[in-house]
This record gives sequence, structure tokens and C-alpha cells, in this order.
Amino acid sequence: MTAPLISLQGITKTFGEGLAAFQALRGIDLDIQPGDFVAIMGPSGSGKSTMMNILGCLDVPTSGTYLFKGHHVEQLTRDERALLRRRYLGFVFQGYNLLARTSALENVELPLLYRGEAKKVRQQAALAALRKVGLEDRAHHTPAELSGGQQQRVAIARAIVTEPEVLLADEPTGNLDTERSREIMQLLERFNRDAGITILMVTHEADMAAFARTTVKFRDGMIESMQIHKRLVDA
Amino acid sequence: MIAMLIITLGLAMREIRRHLMRSFLTVLGIIIGVGSVVTMVTLGNGTTAAVQQQISSLGANILQIRPGQGFGRGGGGAQPQPFDADDVAAIRQQVAGVVRVAPQVQSSGLAVRNAANWSTSIYGTTNDYLKAQSWSIDVGRVFTPQEEQAGKTVCLIGSTILRNLFRAESPVGQRIRIRDLSCEVIGTLKSRGSSFGPGDQDDVIIMPVKAVQRRITGNQKVSMILVSVDPAYNSDAVQASIKSLLRERRRLGPGKADDFNIFDTRQISETLQNTTKTLTALLGAVAAVSLLVGGIGIMNIMLVSITERTREIGIRLAIGALGREVLLQFLVEAVVLASLGGVLGLAIALGASALLSPMLQIPFLFNPTINAVAFLFSAGIGILFGYFPARRAARLNPIDALRHE
Ligand SMILES: Nc1ncnc2c1ncn2[C@@H]1O[C@H](COP(=O)(O)OP(=O)(O)O)[C@@H](O)[C@H]1O
Ligand SMILES: [Mg+2]
Repeated sequence: MTAPLISLQGITKTFGEGLAAFQALRGIDLDIQPGDFVAIMGPSGSGKSTMMNILGCLDVPTSGTYLFKGHHVEQLTRDERALLRRRYLGFVFQGYNLLARTSALENVELPLLYRGEAKKVRQQAALAALRKVGLEDRAHHTPAELSGGQQQRVAIARAIVTEPEVLLADEPTGNLDTERSREIMQLLERFNRDAGITILMVTHEADMAAFARTTVKFRDGMIESMQIHKRLVDA
Repeated sequence: MIAMLIITLGLAMREIRRHLMRSFLTVLGIIIGVGSVVTMVTLGNGTTAAVQQQISSLGANILQIRPGQGFGRGGGGAQPQPFDADDVAAIRQQVAGVVRVAPQVQSSGLAVRNAANWSTSIYGTTNDYLKAQSWSIDVGRVFTPQEEQAGKTVCLIGSTILRNLFRAESPVGQRIRIRDLSCEVIGTLKSRGSSFGPGDQDDVIIMPVKAVQRRITGNQKVSMILVSVDPAYNSDAVQASIKSLLRERRRLGPGKADDFNIFDTRQISETLQNTTKTLTALLGAVAAVSLLVGGIGIMNIMLVSITERTREIGIRLAIGALGREVLLQFLVEAVVLASLGGVLGLAIALGASALLSPMLQIPFLFNPTINAVAFLFSAGIGILFGYFPARRAARLNPIDALRHE
């Protein structure tokens, strides 16, 4: 086995203080190998999103250690975590979260903007990313002119345009019908298989989790079970 | 960093274009503030220039010495002793720092030529007076030394006299009658246009001082002495030596008050400059208030805009924007907005002052400094009032911001 890309030990997360305090995560230990495709499942309120926010370096745990590529994320400043996200992570959200009244192309260019890429480079990379999700011909459409499935594909293009190591997706198919959901999953599966992007995905649906290599089940802020469907082939 | 700034500028412009009407209303305060202040300052400068030009036509740094105790103090006692030609000569010879000294005998009367007549002022004086008062000759010539010495009845006429007595004819060599003397016109004075105050400076006939004394006033009195001061000398020191000389000549003992007064034309400019300063300070206050109001308008709209765009901020932060990059984005937006307001204000000021100056009969003076200052000031307002909302945006928690509806 190679060294894990992500290593969580004794992660807890408590919201609020005193009597109102609520422990959303209560001691999570988890290792994720590079190239894995992990589906996180569990009932509503079991702490999946909280876990994803911590994994995505958007939030820090109350206690425990989170090692990402050798960085102690729990010790990093706000700006340092932003730089980690910029360099290594891509995000896909349930609600797509594209910039309104902004073309698909410009939405996909956005992460490159913060990497300081020149306009030409940004445009070419964004067009290539849109091509990979099959939306090259919709480059100049705004989100309002795209269907839900198309918007989510633009969001995926935006997440992969920087060639990230990890793609985090919190219920990416939550707002889509089964057919559109399958298309999204096929895209994710392909990026995982062909580009070697590690994918961490929250989903309610077993059908969607079936695309993943590993399934982690959450209950009441703890990991209930973990199943490996498809072994990673060691290089 | 530079690339980031350019990109941010682009973003800001797009955001402003997207909400054109709102952006316009946001910066209305700044537009009005900058527009009105710059218009007022420009018109104020024009007025000052116009007045200053009229003052300089009185002659720069000229002392006017008259018998009597000066304005407002008169009353009671004997008539002050008048000046005469010896006083003029004494000042010319004994006071250091005087360039020209000229007597002025003032009278008035009806000037008649053929059927036309005109009631006017008659000054008896010398060529020095013309120089000190910067009169120039339009047609003809000034007095010759012999004419001054002998008090020949020759005269120079102002343009008002020319217009009323001669119409289109050439006046040089012609004769006009004043009271019971007939005098030959030797030249015309270049017009000064209307002077400040009610007087028309062109309504005048000038003759050698001796001619007026002998043929019109009938005595040796000089009603005023005009002294032009060498700019290299201190005007106050020159005044002091004239004062002591005249006190001596008029035998005024140590306890006695002056029975003559010296008026310095420089005082008018100084008074005017003080008035201008007060006015400028007042305009500054108006500017400060209007720009404060404009700034608060910008802050208000920026806060609204940031609330509306919370989700966008969340997206930017999630994909790796640093707090300071978000701060820069909103700060630049506020500064661009405020600067555009400033530019619009300047354009309005330019149009308004170009339009109003001719109506007020003052020169239109474009002042680059005030325009630059007003522009920088409006940009500064953008920074000042944009900072707080921008910092609020930069400090948003990305998770909360993304969840914002
Ligand atoms: N910012 C927060 N403040 C307080 N409680 C929170 C916050 N975020 C999540 N929670 C609580 O933590 C629990 C886990 O939430 P979440 O991770 O969103 O669950 P899931 O995504 O599995 O549905 C829930 O009970 C939720 O109410
Ligand atoms: Mg959730």
C-alpha cells in the first residue's frame, strides 16, 4: 500500500457552546488512498457534510488530526487552507453554485483566475474542461440558459479545470433525476479512472454509491461501516 | 498582483455595467458634490481673475495721497490744507523708492463740439500719470514737455467722449470747448471697458495740469498726488517716508493727527484675496459634507451588494480565493464606482462653468489642480467607504456563505 493521501485521526466537531453544544462528529478515523473513489452515505444529520467541509479544508475539526499530503490541516491558517484548496482541491455542490449571469466559460475559468493564469491559458483550459464534460457548444450560455444536469456538468468542469488531486462532491446528484444522475456519475467515474483524481462524494442513493470503489457509512457522527467494492490496483 | 488588479478592475466594471441605474444613483451624491464644488471654484477663479484685472488697470502698487483724514473720520475743524506743485516735487526728489509722482487736479464740466455736448470729468495731470495708471494711447500722442511746462490747452479724450462727440470722425487735430476754453484734441485713450464699481473710466478728458489749474479751477491746488512705488522697495516704508515728509512740510507737531491720507491700491487686492480664501474655505466645507453623503451612499450600496452576492463570495472563497483578494475585488469596485462618479461630476462642472462664464462675463479658467484634487478625492472616498463593506465580504465564512439563499 502507498502512503494515504488523507489521514484522519480522532476527528471531532462540536457546534455551539455550553448547553447548546452539539457534537456533529465524534471521533472519526479514516485513511484515504490516492486514486480512491469514496462514497459517503448515511442518514440526514449524521455528519456527512460536516465531514466533507473538514476534508475540503473549508472548516477545521474541534479536535483530532487531519493530515493531507503531509500538511497538518488542523494547524493551518485560513489563508493557508485557501491555498491548499486552490492547489489541490475541486468542489462540486448539490446546488451547482455557478456564478449567475456569467457564461459557462467564465465560470470554469474562475479557479484559474486565482492561480494567476493568463487570459489565453485560462480560456483554452476552460474550453478543454468543458469539452471533457461534453458542453463545449454551451460555453457562452449563462446558468439560467442551461438545464440542471448541464449546470452540474459545468460545475464539474470548473472543479477539474485545475487538474486537482481531490474532487469533493456533496450530494452532486441530489437535485437531478436518475438519468441525469447517471451521466454525472459516469463523468466522475471517468475522471477517477482516467485522470486518477481522488473523489470523495456524499450520496443518499445506493445506485450512485455503486459507482464508487469504497463506501463509508456514517451514523450519529461516527463511521458505522466501510466497504471496499473495487480494489485499487497498486502501481 | 498587477494581473490580479487588472482582472479585478474588469470584474468591477462588469458589475457596475450590470446595475447601471443603481450604480448611477449610488454615486449621485459624489456627482453632485464634485460637480457643484468644481463649478463654484472655477467660476470663483474666473471672477477673481476678472476683478484682479480691473484692479491692475487702476495701476499696481500705486499710492493715492489726498488731503483730509481719509474715509469715515472726517468732520469738524478747518478745511485741510490742499497740496500744490511743490509737494509733488518734494516727494519726487526726497523720497527713495518712488518711480513716478503725478499731480491730479480734478474738475468736471460740459464738453461741447458743434451741436453735440457731453458732461464729463476733467483731469489735469502729467504724462507720468498716464504711465502710472497704465493708460495707453489709441490714436495720436501724449503731451510734449513744452505743453506740460506751458500748460497748453491740449487734451486727450477717453473713448466715451470720442463716441459721443465725434462718432465716426477722426478727432485728432479737432477742437472741443470746455467751459470757456477751447482745446485741441491730440490723442485718444485706449478703452478700458467698464470698470468695477459704477464709474466709467473711459468717460474722461485729460489735460496738462497747469492748463486745468489756470483755465478751469483758477488756483494752484492739487486734489490728489499719485505715486507709483518701485517694486524693489517695501511699500510700507515708502509710505512712511512720504508721511513724515508731508507732516514736516505741513508743520504738523508731534501730537497732531495727519491731515492727509494715503491709500494703497495693493490693499484692494489683499482684501480680495482674503475674501477669496474665506470663500474657498466655505466651498471646502460644502465639498466635505456632500462627499461624506456620497461616501455613505456608496457604503450603503456596497453592503447591499455584498449581501446579495454572499453566495458568489462563498464560491470564490471555496475555490481558493484569499480573503485579501475578495477584499481587493470589492474595494476596487467601490473605488471605480466613486471615481466614475467623480469623472461625471467633473464633466458636469466643465460644461456648467463653460456655459455660465460667458453669462457672468468672466473668463473661463480650467484649473487642472482642482480637477485632479476632486478626482483623487472621490477615489479616496471610494477607498474610505468601500473598505468596511469589502472587509466584511472578505471575512465571510465560505461554508455559511455557500449556504446563503
Ligand atoms: N454550523 C452549524 N451549527 C450548528 N449545528 C450544525 C452546523 N452544521 C451542522 N450542524 C449540525 O450537525 C449535524 C450534522 O450536520 P451535517 O453534517 O450537515 O449532516 P448531513 O450532511 O449528514 O445531513 C446536524 O444535526 C446539523 O444540525
Ligand atoms: Mg448534508
